[in-house]
Amino acid sequence: MNDGVNGVALGVFIFFFVAVTAMGFLAARWRRADNEHSLDEWGLGGRSFGTWITWFLLGGDLYTAYTFVAVPAAIYAAGAAGFFAVPYTILVYPLIFTFLPRLWSVSHRHGYVTTSDFVRGRFGSKSLSLAVAITGILATMPYIALQLVGIQAVLDVMGVGGGENTNWFVKDLPLLIAFAVLAAYTYSSGLRAPALIAFVKDALIYIVIAVAIIYIPIKLGGFDDIFAKAGHAFAQTNPATGKPRGALVTPEAGQWTYATLALGSALALFMYPHSITATLSSRSREVIRRNTTILPLYSLMLGLLALLGFMAIAAGVKVTNGQLAIPQLFENMFPDWFAGVAFAAIGIGALVPAAIMSIAAANLFTRNIYRDFIKPDATPKQEAQVSKIVSLVVKVGALVFVLTMDKTVAINFQLLGGIWILQTFPALVGGLFTRWFHRWALLAGWAVGMVYGTAAAYGVASPTQKHFGGSAKEIPGLGEIGYIGLTAFVMNVVVTVVLTFVLKALKAPEGVDETTTADYTADAGDKGVQVDLPPATAESH
Amino acid sequence: MSEVPEVRPPTVTPVRVVIALCLIAPFVAMLWVGSYAKTGPEFIGIPFFYWYQMAWVLISTVLTMAAYRLWQYDQRGRASQKDGASK
Repeated sequence: MNDGVNGVALGVFIFFFVAVTAMGFLAARWRRADNEHSLDEWGLGGRSFGTWITWFLLGGDLYTAYTFVAVPAAIYAAGAAGFFAVPYTILVYPLIFTFLPRLWSVSHRHGYVTTSDFVRGRFGSKSLSLAVAITGILATMPYIALQLVGIQAVLDVMGVGGGENTNWFVKDLPLLIAFAVLAAYTYSSGLRAPALIAFVKDALIYIVIAVAIIYIPIKLGGFDDIFAKAGHAFAQTNPATGKPRGALVTPEAGQWTYATLALGSALALFMYPHSITATLSSRSREVIRRNTTILPLYSLMLGLLALLGFMAIAAGVKVTNGQLAIPQLFENMFPDWFAGVAFAAIGIGALVPAAIMSIAAANLFTRNIYRDFIKPDATPKQEAQVSKIVSLVVKVGALVFVLTMDKTVAINFQLLGGIWILQTFPALVGGLFTRWFHRWALLAGWAVGMVYGTAAAYGVASPTQKHFGGSAKEIPGLGEIGYIGLTAFVMNVVVTVVLTFVLKALKAPEGVDETTTADYTADAGDKGVQVDLPPATAESH
Repeated sequence: MSEVPEVRPPTVTPVRVVIALCLIAPFVAMLWVGSYAKTGPEFIGIPFFYWYQMAWVLISTVLTMAAYRLWQYDQRGRASQKDGASK
């Protein structure tokens, strides 16, 4: 792999990298508002983004470099099982169509910046809001770390990652530079930087996918040949497990896993703080609904991208680390300059989400830990300042994580993060539609889901790992293998419902709800968005 | 609003049922893995399993768009009804 540096590819890569860096710093001046020193400005881009910017921002945010590397890598490793990412992203949009506009409205009305802000306002519970905030931060940190893993994969294939015997500093220097630059412009420009860079990122990604999906099959003799070769490769026995390496079609035994992974991941995606940050930065409720109808373009791209995993097999790419399969395929198939464009697409694809994730985690810390527990009278300017600094701390933390620990640790934690973040669903989405759940019941349900999910994931062994070997396990009572996150989620809901009945019977204090029914349907420009309506006259629908 | 209940449209209307169906259909189609876990018929060499799911990206997009349009229609209808009632 490290057979010398690919000079042309590296040159193209650096060119794009410098260009987006300049954009990142200039973004501070883009659509600048008068009150620039507030969390609304730094952390949500002034809540001013229209349909297209939101589309690029959400796309840039959700389809990360790690996705580009990991989804085809999963296909490369095991075939059909890795394709669950496609039904997963199909299910996301009808789902968010129902609840995201409500979250936007209530957040706009009450100035909420994070999901925890909403949970605190709705249920009058600082402990529940803290639970949601901590879950969000914990789930986001390893995700940021994985973006770095994505950049590392690209650098490795270009030959600048250094071999095993290179001095660690020289080996990691390119990554350190990339990160320092990212941290600097996120600090100065806030959410505007990734919003602007997302245009470049997505344009590059679309170009690369379009070319790859036409050019590579032609070189490999068409899809017939590609799938025939892949099917042959999957049929061979894996010496580590004694079973075939994978399958072209999910076998009957794997169908529960496939469906529960798709559903569980779809439910979890918009619980992640970075998805919510991008959502709340939009200008109006309609922007979000309209986006749910155009975002699936990215799903199509993801599906095509996944097919690259088969092409890597057919092209005879042999890598021990599956993450390198796609970068290596590009290196083998494309002329050097276009390989450089493809690498730049992945590299920049890591910067956009890393920036948004660190902003989202910083907002959570500032609003729901710093302001709620440390300094309740913080001014907007202080909030923005704390958030800026925390965004740096979060990124440095992720960097240390990647540089000091084995990559599998980051991947394990990201797997756990998905299970964890799903446990905030009842409080958030439940809260958007009903106030029936009791706050303490939600907290107990969350705790049960977290504990079961963590323990179950710890107990999954794989041929290479004793713990955290995968995200699927036998569903208790059903006997089928399913996604742990979804099982934990069901337990969470059951506990929440049962305890709500109990607590209501005991007349436990419900907490104050500062929202009204009309808050959930308010739109920008509505008279009601500024003025408080008399409570509880409008009926819900 | 509560003093004029007779002009308030019902919560469940045929339009809203159609909206719900548009949003639920992708879940039924995608979670029923057994319905598409096969290799044939192939499309330009791509097994059924893969092209079918990618086709659903387009189908669900059309369905979500339909739901969006119907929702706008529903809301406009309600808004004009409300205006009429308050005059």
